[in-house]
Amino acid sequence: MTEFSSGDRVICRYGGVPQEGTYITERDGKAVIKLDSGYNIGVSHSECDILERWSPAVPPEVVISQDESLPLLSILSTGGTIASRIDYRTGAVTSQFDAADILRAIPGLSTIGRYRTTKLYTILSENMTPGIWQELARAVYNEIRAGATGVIITHGTDTMAYSAAAVSFMVESPVPVIFVGSQRSADRPSSDNVMNALCSASAATSPLGEVAVVMHDSTSDDRCAVHRGTRVRKMHTSRRDAFQSIGIPPLGYVEYPSLDVKLSDHAVTRGEKEPQLSDSLEEKCGLVYFHPGMDAGILECYRGYRGLAIAGTGLGHVNTGLIEGIGSLIDEGCVVVMTSQCLHGRVCDRVYDTGRDLLRAGVVEGGDMLPEVALVKLMWVLGNVPDRERATAMMEMNLAGEINRRSLHEL
Amino acid sequence: MNYEALGLKAGIEIHQQLNTREKLFCGCPTTLRKFEERTGEFYRYLRATESEMGEIDRAAKEEMKHLRRFTYYAYDTTCLVENDEEPPSPLNPEALEICLTIARMFGMTPVEQVHTMRKLVIDGSNTSGFQRTALVALRGDIPGGGTIETICLEEEAAQRVQDNIFSLDRLGIPLVEITTSPCMHTPEEVARVAGYLGMVLRSTGRVKRGLGTIRQDINISIREGARVEIKGVQELDLIAEVVRREATRQVALLEIRETLRERNAGLLEEPVDVTALFKETKSSILKKAACILAVVLPGFAGLVGREIQPGRRLGSEFSDYAKKCGVGGIFHTDELPAYGVTGDEVEELRKFTKAGHDDCVVLVASSIEKAACAASQVMERARMALEGVPEETRRMLEGGSTAYMRPLPGAARMYPETDVLPVSIGSDTWEFIEVPELLTERAKRYSEELGLDAGVARQIAYSEHLQLFDRAISEGISPGLASRTLLSTMKELSRDGVPVEAIGDEAVIAVMKSVEEGRAAKEAVPGILGSVAGGTPLEDAIAQCAPAISTGDLEALIQGIVKERSLFVAEKGMAALGPLMGVVMAEVRGSVDGKLVSELLRKEIAKACRPD
Ligand SMILES: [Zn+2]
Repeated sequence: MTEFSSGDRVICRYGGVPQEGTYITERDGKAVIKLDSGYNIGVSHSECDILERWSPAVPPEVVISQDESLPLLSILSTGGTIASRIDYRTGAVTSQFDAADILRAIPGLSTIGRYRTTKLYTILSENMTPGIWQELARAVYNEIRAGATGVIITHGTDTMAYSAAAVSFMVESPVPVIFVGSQRSADRPSSDNVMNALCSASAATSPLGEVAVVMHDSTSDDRCAVHRGTRVRKMHTSRRDAFQSIGIPPLGYVEYPSLDVKLSDHAVTRGEKEPQLSDSLEEKCGLVYFHPGMDAGILECYRGYRGLAIAGTGLGHVNTGLIEGIGSLIDEGCVVVMTSQCLHGRVCDRVYDTGRDLLRAGVVEGGDMLPEVALVKLMWVLGNVPDRERATAMMEMNLAGEINRRSLHEL
Repeated sequence: MNYEALGLKAGIEIHQQLNTREKLFCGCPTTLRKFEERTGEFYRYLRATESEMGEIDRAAKEEMKHLRRFTYYAYDTTCLVENDEEPPSPLNPEALEICLTIARMFGMTPVEQVHTMRKLVIDGSNTSGFQRTALVALRGDIPGGGTIETICLEEEAAQRVQDNIFSLDRLGIPLVEITTSPCMHTPEEVARVAGYLGMVLRSTGRVKRGLGTIRQDINISIREGARVEIKGVQELDLIAEVVRREATRQVALLEIRETLRERNAGLLEEPVDVTALFKETKSSILKKAACILAVVLPGFAGLVGREIQPGRRLGSEFSDYAKKCGVGGIFHTDELPAYGVTGDEVEELRKFTKAGHDDCVVLVASSIEKAACAASQVMERARMALEGVPEETRRMLEGGSTAYMRPLPGAARMYPETDVLPVSIGSDTWEFIEVPELLTERAKRYSEELGLDAGVARQIAYSEHLQLFDRAISEGISPGLASRTLLSTMKELSRDGVPVEAIGDEAVIAVMKSVEEGRAAKEAVPGILGSVAGGTPLEDAIAQCAPAISTGDLEALIQGIVKERSLFVAEKGMAALGPLMGVVMAEVRGSVDGKLVSELLRKEIAKACRPD
C-alpha cells in the first residue's frame, strides 16, 4: 500500500469524479483529503493516488523592526496561544511564540513597546506543576532585574489563576507582571487574543506594580479588566469574560480600542516594592473538596502531607465524622486551612459547633481566601518558613492581597 | 440571441434552509424573530488571521480596510454558541439526514467521513468570523442533462439589520448548498434546472418555505467574457431574464472593448482638480463639494453612456466602483449637459482637461480623500473595460439587471473545525435513507388516484398545505373539498384580511369533516373558518354559520317558498330555479349544500308545474 504523508498532492477518485487535493492525515482508518475547493473529506486510502510528494515551501522571512524608544516589555510564553497562523493548504493551525511572529500577528503591539520574548514551555495549562511555577517565577524575576518595564506571561486559561497566585507569592515586583490568554482560539477572526494582548501590553506599561490577570471584562470587545493575581478566578468554561475578581473589585480596566488604563486606588503602584524572589515551594500540599457523605478514609491519603486546604461548605464546615481524622493530620504536623466552596464571603468557624470543633482540632481559618489560593499559599509558606507556628500564623495573614480585612458589600 | 453560439455557460448554487427542530450546532430553535424582540446586544471586532505564507485573502483584506465594529442582537431563542462564546454541539443529525435524503434523490455518492470546516467570512455575518460548512456528497445527475457537483451542509449566517448590525436569530439555521457544474447553455435551461432543484428540495417536506428561505446564486460567462457570480436571486421567474441580461451585458462590454481598441484607447492620465471651474455652477452636488476631480478617459466618448443592460450603462459600472469610496455617484460628459451642469461648463471642462473629441470626462465630487479614492476606482474600472469583462460578484436589481458588489473571492479559505468531530456515513446509514416521492410524481398520483384536475393536483402538491391535504384525505375528506378549502378558501380569507395563521390544522380538518357529515354546508366553510380565526370556538362557529337544518325542514321550507310564488313558478317553469335558489339560500344563510337545495327545488318546481 502507498505510504501517504501529510502535504502530498493526491488524486482522489471517490464518487466517480477524479479530484485533486492534498493529503492531510489519517483519521479513524480513512484518508483525510483537502480538496482544492478547500473542503476536507474522509475516504478510503484505496481511492487516492499520490501525484507529487510534498516539499515544504519556506514561509517568507519577515523582519520586524522594533521602536527602540518604546518601553521594553518581556513576553514569557508557557503554552497559552496568543497568536497563531493558519496554513490554508493543509488547514494546520500553528501557535506563534517568537517576537517577530507575535508582532506580525498582532501589529498593534509594536506601537506600545519593544519586546523580548522567551518560550519557557509549550504545555497545556492543565499540565502545569509547582516546579514550572518556580521556573516561571525565576524567569519573571530575571526579566525585572534585566530592566523590563513590564512582564507579560501568556498562559492557558484553565490554571492561569493558580500560576498568577504562585508568582504573586514568590515574586515581589516593582513592575506590572501580567498574565494573559485567550478563551476563544487565536485562529478565529473573532478571537479575544488580540484585544487581550493589546490590553495586557498597555497594562504592562502602566503605573501598576503587582501581579495581575488581564482578560475581557464582558462579552463585548469593550474593555479588559485587570484582576489581582491572588483574587482572580476562572468562573466560566468558555465565555470571554470568564475571569472575575472575587471579593474585591478589579484593580482597574484597560479600555479598547483606546488602550487607556484606569487603575483603582487599591492597586499596588509601580515602584512601591523592591524586586525580591523567594522561590521555594513545599509540594506536599493538597486541596480537598468536601462533599456530604465523604469517606473519612480519604484523609488517610494525606498522611505525611505538610499542608492541606479544605474547601468546606458554607462558613467552613465538614461532616463531623471527618474532624477526628483532620485533627490527627494536624497532630502529625500538617497545617490545615479551611476555605469555603461558596467562594464569595469569609469562613467563620466560631458560629456553629462543627466549626468550633474544627478550630479545637487545630484548623486555621482561611478568611476570605479562595480555596486554590490557599493551596498555593500553603506551598509557599511551608516552603519558606520552617517554623510551623509561624507558618500557621502566616496563613491567617495577608501577604499578597489574598486575604482582605474587610468584606465589601458592593452597594 | 443565439446563446450556444455565444458560448454561454451557467451554473447554479442553491442555498436552502432546512426546517429542523434545532440549529446545526446548538440546541436553539430555528425560529426567526422580530428585531424589537431582542433581549440584548453586544459588539465585536473581526480580524483576518494570517495564513502560513503570510498572506491574507483579498476579499478579507478589502473588508479589513477599516477596523470594523459589528453589533449583534441576541434573543431568548439564541445561546452562547451564536455569540461565539461556547464550542459547537455535534453536527445536528436531523439536518445531516435531510441533507443525505436530498443527496440520494439526486443519486449522489456520500462522503465516507464528513468533516466540518471553518470557511473564513469576516463581513460580520458570522460572530466567529467563519462559517461552518461540511461537504456531504459528491456528483449527482439532473434529469434531462446536467450534473450536480456537490452538496454541502452549512450554517446560515446572521441577518443584517443595517450596516454593521446583525441579528443572531438566523445564525446557525441549517442549510444545504447545492452546486451544479457550469453545464447550462441557455437562459431557459438555467430556469428549468433551478425549478427542478427547488422542486426536489420541497419534495422532502423538510425544508423551510417562504421569502428568504431559498437563495440562488448564478454563475455566468460567455466566450471571451468572464465568470460573473450573481448573488441572491430569489424569484424563480426572473432567473432566465437575469441570465439573458448578463449575457447581453457581457456582449456589450466586449463590443465596447473592440471599439476602444479600434480607437487605440490606452493610457489613462492622472485625475485633474477642476473644483475651481464649478465655483458658480447651478449643480448643487458640484457646488457643495470640497473637491471635484476630472478623469479623462481617452477614446471613451459615447461608450460611457452606452446601455449595456436595461437601465444600466457603462457609466453605471463606473459609478458602482466609485461608490465603494463613499461618494454618491459620478457625472460624465456622455450625459452632460444635464443635472444643472450647462453646455458652457462642459466646454470649459473639456478645454481645461484638454479632452479630445473621442474622449469622455468623468467627474467625481466629494471630500478630497473620497474624491481621490473614487477617481482611482473609476480609472481602475476603465482599465478593465479595455480588457473586456471583469470577474465580479454582482447583486440583482429589480427586473433582473445587476450591479457590482465586489471582486470574485479567491479560493475559499478553509481549515478544519476542530471542535466538531467527523461523522462517518456507513452503508447502513445510507441504505436506510428513505427517498420521498417527488412532487411531480405526487401531482400525477393525485390527478390519477383522486381524480383531481391536473392543475389543481400540481397546485396542491407544490403548496405548503400538502401535509394537511394528505391528512384530510386519509381522514375521509373528499379531495375536491380538501383542495378547494386549502387552496382557494384559505387564500381568499387571507386576502380579505382574516388572520388565517390563527386557524390550526385541527380546526381546518374538523370544519371539512362537518361538511362531509352534513352538519355544515360547503358554502359555509369560509364563514366558519373566518369565525375560528377571530377566536370563536370551533363548535360555536359551526353552529352560528350553520344552524342545523334537517332535510325534512328544508323540504318544508322549499315547499313553502314554491307555494308562495306559484304564479311565478307556473309562468317560468324550470327557469324559476335560478331565482328561487337565491331566495332559499338567503333563507338558510348558506348553511345548506347548494346542490341539495337545487335538487329539492327542482323536484318541487317539477311537482308544481305538473298538471295534477
Ligand atoms: Zn444556540
